[in-house]
Amino acid sequence: MTHISVTVDGTTYEDEVEPRLLLVHYLRDRLGLTGTPIGCDTSNCGAGTVELDGTSVKSCTVLAVQADGGEVTTVQGLARDGEWTPLQRSFHEHHALQCGYCTPGMIMAARDLLRENPHPTAEEVRKALEGNLCRCTGYQNIVRAVLAAAQESAAPAARAASAREVTA
Amino acid sequence: MIPPAFDYARPTDLDEAVRTLADAGEDAKVLAGGQSLLPLLRLRLAFPELVVDVGRIPGLRGVREEGDTLVIGALTTHHDVIHDPLVRRHAGLLAQATETVADPAVRHRGTLGGSLAHADPAGDLPAVALALDAELVAVGPGGRRTIPARDFFADYLQSTLAPNELLVEVRLPKREGWGFRYEKFHRVAQSWAMVGVAALVRRENGHIAEARIGLTNMGATPLRASAAEEALVGAGGADAVARAAQSAAEGTRPSRDASASPEYRAHLARVLTKRAVLAATGTG
Repeated sequence: MTHISVTVDGTTYEDEVEPRLLLVHYLRDRLGLTGTPIGCDTSNCGAGTVELDGTSVKSCTVLAVQADGGEVTTVQGLARDGEWTPLQRSFHEHHALQCGYCTPGMIMAARDLLRENPHPTAEEVRKALEGNLCRCTGYQNIVRAVLAAAQESAAPAARAASAREVTA
Repeated sequence: MIPPAFDYARPTDLDEAVRTLADAGEDAKVLAGGQSLLPLLRLRLAFPELVVDVGRIPGLRGVREEGDTLVIGALTTHHDVIHDPLVRRHAGLLAQATETVADPAVRHRGTLGGSLAHADPAGDLPAVALALDAELVAVGPGGRRTIPARDFFADYLQSTLAPNELLVEVRLPKREGWGFRYEKFHRVAQSWAMVGVAALVRRENGHIAEARIGLTNMGATPLRASAAEEALVGAGGADAVARAAQSAAEGTRPSRDASASPEYRAHLARVLTKRAVLAATGTG
């Protein structure tokens, strides 16, 4: 067994784990954070995407021991005081899910995109989500949701800019 | 699936890593980013007794210049390679090919050194390393040694690294003024290349003066399309490039699997070589 200390969604956990334990199993089976699903056995589907130290990773393709000392954010750690993030709200409003299985991974991958590229084109959204499969093939609305969330986060800046124009 | 049980070591420096590998012998596997090793473990295709996690060894990450050489630390992630200004300026082929590797989440963890040491002939970067005439620096109990890329890939999933050696650096001669293009053919976004072609071309007076062509998945190791490289010298227009590309599969031994026959792979190598070279010369 190996000792690890991992911060997950703001809470720090100290644990003894087998080195072979995958991060996704640690999250789901030890911590009970079942919002991160397991979709395939091939690192293809991206359903279990989480953030490790600020960038997206496939939690089925990281050992828990590799996350030792790190900070993990799952889809369950996004909302603040029950308030969804704009991206989560956008998935809801644009019906960007059918069965919902891919949604946590889609949201985490989309967050990663918007961090690096806050104003992506539809093509860039599709490329950024190439590691995330939707078995309902609901990609159209997923892309719409990400684009709308990007626009919404740009909106306050645009409003502020136009407000300055008025006062000037 | 759950990986088989293994012991785990996380050396904190290079010396400790080499000692750990030397003590473990053949039964140890090196873990860098884990994006090739963990799928193998999960599918129970590998059963190491010891996994040596080198991911936190300092000094093995990042890109620097040494005169005419670009030095990339083995633990530099694909994401960092793609975005590094030195790589983009001096080894654009590597940046462009790395953009086609897997997906963003995998590129955050996967490393250049790991991809090369994994020696998968269907991986994109081994053929790129061959085309770029990369040199790979390994550290073992006897010190450092430099291995030219052409001597590094021994067989399917086998490099010439000894079990007690660790790949620490990838050295690339700077190639300014060369056109480049990596073309890959695959069935779906994330699948491995059925065939890939890495082309580097230097032109003089509108004609190709030198060409280097690396082939992905055309044999048990990545290969250079030497016959096509020679035939391309002097080629001026698209027709001449197309004719030279006809020899792209010479001397290769592509495999047969569920996606393609050897004949089809040879066809792809010719077509993709033509496309890659035309794109590299800016005439595609």
